[in-house]
Amino acid sequence: MRTTKAKTRARPRKPDPRKPVVWNLRLYVAGQTPKSVRAISNLKVLCEEHLMGRYRIEVIDLRKNPQLARGDQIVAIPTLVRRLPRPLRTIIGDLSNSVRLLVGLDLREVD
Amino acid sequence: MEAPVPAKTLFGLEFLVRGATQYSEPGVFMSFEESIPDLTKNVASLGFDLDRLVADKKLFVDHVSITRSEFRETGEYDLDGLFIRIADAAQRVGARRVVLDTIEALFGDLPNPGIVRGEIRRLFNWLKQKGLTTVITAERDQPDRLTRHGIEEFVSDCVILLDHRIREEISTRRLRIVKYRGSTHGTNEYPFLIDDQGISVLPISSLGLDHDAPAERVSSGISRLDVMLGGKGFCRGSSILASGTAGTGKTSIAAHFADAACRRGERCLFFAFEESPRQIVRNMRSIGIDLEPWVRKGLLQFLAARPTYGGIEQVLLLTHKRISSFQPSVVVVDPVTNLLMVSTQNEVRSMLTRLVDFLKTQGITAIFTSLTAAGSLEASEADVSSLMDTWLLLKTIEVGGERNRALYVLKSRGMEHSNQIREFVLTDDGLRLLDVYLGPEGVLTGSARVSQEMREKAVVTFRRQELETRRRELERKRRIFEARMVMLRAEFEAEEEIIQQTISESELLGEEVVQDRGQMVLSRQADSSSYKKEARAKATRKR
Repeated sequence: MRTTKAKTRARPRKPDPRKPVVWNLRLYVAGQTPKSVRAISNLKVLCEEHLMGRYRIEVIDLRKNPQLARGDQIVAIPTLVRRLPRPLRTIIGDLSNSVRLLVGLDLREVD
Repeated sequence: MEAPVPAKTLFGLEFLVRGATQYSEPGVFMSFEESIPDLTKNVASLGFDLDRLVADKKLFVDHVSITRSEFRETGEYDLDGLFIRIADAAQRVGARRVVLDTIEALFGDLPNPGIVRGEIRRLFNWLKQKGLTTVITAERDQPDRLTRHGIEEFVSDCVILLDHRIREEISTRRLRIVKYRGSTHGTNEYPFLIDDQGISVLPISSLGLDHDAPAERVSSGISRLDVMLGGKGFCRGSSILASGTAGTGKTSIAAHFADAACRRGERCLFFAFEESPRQIVRNMRSIGIDLEPWVRKGLLQFLAARPTYGGIEQVLLLTHKRISSFQPSVVVVDPVTNLLMVSTQNEVRSMLTRLVDFLKTQGITAIFTSLTAAGSLEASEADVSSLMDTWLLLKTIEVGGERNRALYVLKSRGMEHSNQIREFVLTDDGLRLLDVYLGPEGVLTGSARVSQEMREKAVVTFRRQELETRRRELERKRRIFEARMVMLRAEFEAEEEIIQQTISESELLGEEVVQDRGQMVLSRQADSSSYKKEARAKATRKR
């Protein structure tokens, strides 16, 4: 955790909270499986809590658009890809471990 | 330098490429390691044009590239993404075949190996359900385990182990079928090769010994040798071993055979493992065999290679290929012992077994020469004699400070053959076999034979002269006898004449006496005596 913090602080251009960046989150699911449903609701809860008003969630159902799996190298389902802000982050699982999710999304410090 | 394509990757790719091109079964290649451009480039040298197959929708290649650092696990997940990718790819080309190379990479890339294991198991079942024949590659890191992560336990149908070992600086790739459910599979290790046509597996030996055995006979090119082999030469399709120590004329015998084949208008393939073709042509010309016209006519092909280049399996593959493309009816391998330089006895034996089997199924007559060390003549170096139908043994015999070449037929299956040793002489006019002299000191060859020949000739001459003398003596004696006989007869006749004369004279004399006496009696008037009567009668007659 400590290292993550240090890294974030050391970043030359720290995302400025005054100038809000719209987060672009893409969640890949495969049909309405319990895991997918759980992931979607977990993500929504987290975003409402930490990124209110400055996020966009795109849910992609690979059952409907299978060709999209190759673009983001999706193997595991569910997979969450943070497209913005850079760099790209990939998180797999149903997002039930919120601590790990926050770390993965670099949202820990916001907390 | 380009990284070589791992054999397992190639194995999978070949399965797909052959499926797409030869069995109209399109395929999907899921690469977990190499990127698509790298893969395409690396297998192009093996004759696989992946781009074209992809363009023709016969193949779908997908690179699954994930790196652990990008991942953070936040709860339960599954590999539906992968399933969907495979399903989508399969659907695009109508795939019947799938290759996952190397799915074990997922263990390194994804957290929670427990989930990965379960998902891979599910994946295999799913692929089976879909009717997709799948090759899954995996790496072996320890000799006692088949794969690093033990995924072979999910595979119930067939496990093939590829192995690459290096012995004495020469590498051999081997393949073994560990299990194959529902089939009786070969359990041996099979050597295999990767060359410009992909993977070639060469069976250790054919399953059965059911090749044809033609009764036709072919000349060895040496008429005396044909006579030794039941009068007609070798059996067509048989394998002949000509073994001998250095300089005994093995190559010359082989060249004679090749020459004879070309004379019959048959094609001959000459594998020269020791001398260059030019060298052979030049050397054979010195004994009156001109091979060059046959080369020019295309009846004779040489394949000269040092077996050290590429190892024994490469040699075998090369021979197979050349035989298949040239379709010869006669093959010469000169010498097989050079193969020993690159391999162990066992491997050479196994390679030759396979070669002999292959040649026999093709009905090709083959002559192998083998260099043996002096002293172990009948134990051919590569221990291959039992594979051969005919074994000609060449040796040098040392007599009277000379070495002379001798040949005998050690065995020849399926024909009567001479059990005699013949001396053979390399003349300007080819190879000639001569009778050897068997004397109390053994076999005589060379000058010893010549001197023996002369000695025998002298004896014969002497005997003839003696006979002549006797005959003359007899004649002389007969003449003497006859002369004597003539003389004796002459003497006898002379004597006889004299005696006869005497006899007749005496008779005449006696008669006169009687007559005179009768006259006397008559005159004396004697009576009653016989003389009287006689005398009277005579006297009467006279009067």
